[in-house]
Amino acid sequence: MKDSLFKRLVVTGVLGWLVLFGAVPTLMLLAVSFLKRDPDSLIEPVLSLSSYHELFQPALGSMLAESMVMAATATLLCLLIGYPFAYIVARADKRHTPTLLLLVMIPFWTNTLIRTYALVAVLKADGVVNTFLRFLGVIDAPLKLMYTPTAVFIGLVYTLLPFMILPLYAAIEKLDLKLLEASRDLGASRFSTFRKITIPLTMPGIVSGCMLVFLPALGMFYIPDILGGARTMLLGNYIRDQFLAARNIPLGAAASIAMTLIMGLMLALYYKSVRRAGRKVRI
Amino acid sequence: MNIWVKRAYAALVFAFLYLPLVVIAVYSFNASKYSLAWKGFTLQWYGRLLDNATLVDAAFRSMTIAVVSATVSCVIGTLAAFMLHQYRFRGRRAVFASIFVMMMSPDIVIGISLLVLFLGVGLSLGFWTLLMGHVTLCVPFVTATVYTRFKGFDPTVVEAARDLGAVEYQVFRRIVLPMAAPGLVAGWLLSFTMSLDDVIVSFFTTGPTYEVLPLRIYSMVRLGIKPDVNALSVVMITVTVAAVLLSRRLLKEKS
Repeated sequence: MKDSLFKRLVVTGVLGWLVLFGAVPTLMLLAVSFLKRDPDSLIEPVLSLSSYHELFQPALGSMLAESMVMAATATLLCLLIGYPFAYIVARADKRHTPTLLLLVMIPFWTNTLIRTYALVAVLKADGVVNTFLRFLGVIDAPLKLMYTPTAVFIGLVYTLLPFMILPLYAAIEKLDLKLLEASRDLGASRFSTFRKITIPLTMPGIVSGCMLVFLPALGMFYIPDILGGARTMLLGNYIRDQFLAARNIPLGAAASIAMTLIMGLMLALYYKSVRRAGRKVRI
Repeated sequence: MNIWVKRAYAALVFAFLYLPLVVIAVYSFNASKYSLAWKGFTLQWYGRLLDNATLVDAAFRSMTIAVVSATVSCVIGTLAAFMLHQYRFRGRRAVFASIFVMMMSPDIVIGISLLVLFLGVGLSLGFWTLLMGHVTLCVPFVTATVYTRFKGFDPTVVEAARDLGAVEYQVFRRIVLPMAAPGLVAGWLLSFTMSLDDVIVSFFTTGPTYEVLPLRIYSMVRLGIKPDVNALSVVMITVTVAAVLLSRRLLKEKS
């Protein structure tokens, strides 16, 4: 059957859009990362691995490692806080779940910049936390929370927690309770049921939650800007500075490519976990 | 787990999520400028907000870009979802995968790669580049939302229409589009809030000629707490809550 004009238009339009704004920018970024920096015209059209070489230099490497550790710790915290919470919401009375989910959605969709800013009011010297702790008599002098790496941690966990909770909820909600019962009937303890049944079956949720937290946690440059001290940096701050301050575009591109590779790795992990959990992938 | 332990835990997590928002809301009505101490109820910060021409301009630009990019994203995203749902063609799985990858891509990588594209082709940064940035950000989410909606349809309706002689465009226009309407509106609202809330992609894809609200706020809050920003935050949170409530309602209908 000959394709109709409408079909051809739709397919060409959509594919054209995907190529123009999906593939081309990514390939250009990749290409730029292999070029040389030029002080005058920004980029010198000479193939070079110098940006990647520089990424692994000790000075830069330790900054990158620090940023990764920071994002990974924030992700782990989100997982530890979010898993029991998602479990409670998924197992709550069905009449209440829409409301509970809505309460998670609202911060999820609220501007993260505004939420970060709101955190300043909580963390500053005469903010809510310090006032409360002084009222309780736990501390005499205000704790220095603002402009510390701790504040950046709190900021990352606070803004990204809903991104962890929602996929976890989706995974836990789909969990077949019969499997848990069967495991218990066969004599498994609560703990080993959790470890051997619940965790593997909810792994796709865990991995996608971790991905949705870890990647933004590397990139949200405004959180260190607003909450952190001068020394706290995320990969995002570094990429931004290479593009806008240092004008080393190939190096910034190489750092972005590194981030894309991390995403690729996590996506591969996600597909593996989905296959293992024996479910179809939903987009 | 004891039911009370569960409830207390859930309450604690919600308290963590909402405390800063509540604090900002309280600040925005507090006559005292910088401290938590309650100095009486006032609406002066909201009044001040309206007097702040740069903020009002930025808000107007943000609304413009959010409406336009939500509309464009909705068109492209719906066509993409329709194509994935109705057509079988070579590379369909690749299209699925790339939309998924775009959805998962960190904002900063999207922003940076578009910046490289715009610099490469020599576009000057402003309204158009920002629009392309926001559309790129939103389309995959619209596609996913609308596609999920399509999957809930009875496929025999489309077959019946085809058997009765409807051509492709008529199937799309008369059958699929009306059935997907709530999903479309939800996708539109989703894009609208995403565009309104985006900081990172806007940061890289817009120029000084077109400063949007989040970027204006960003440059203000780096210098500390501002009472009019508190009021503005409350306004933006309210807009977001309204959009979320509306889109939830539309998605829930008939699903």
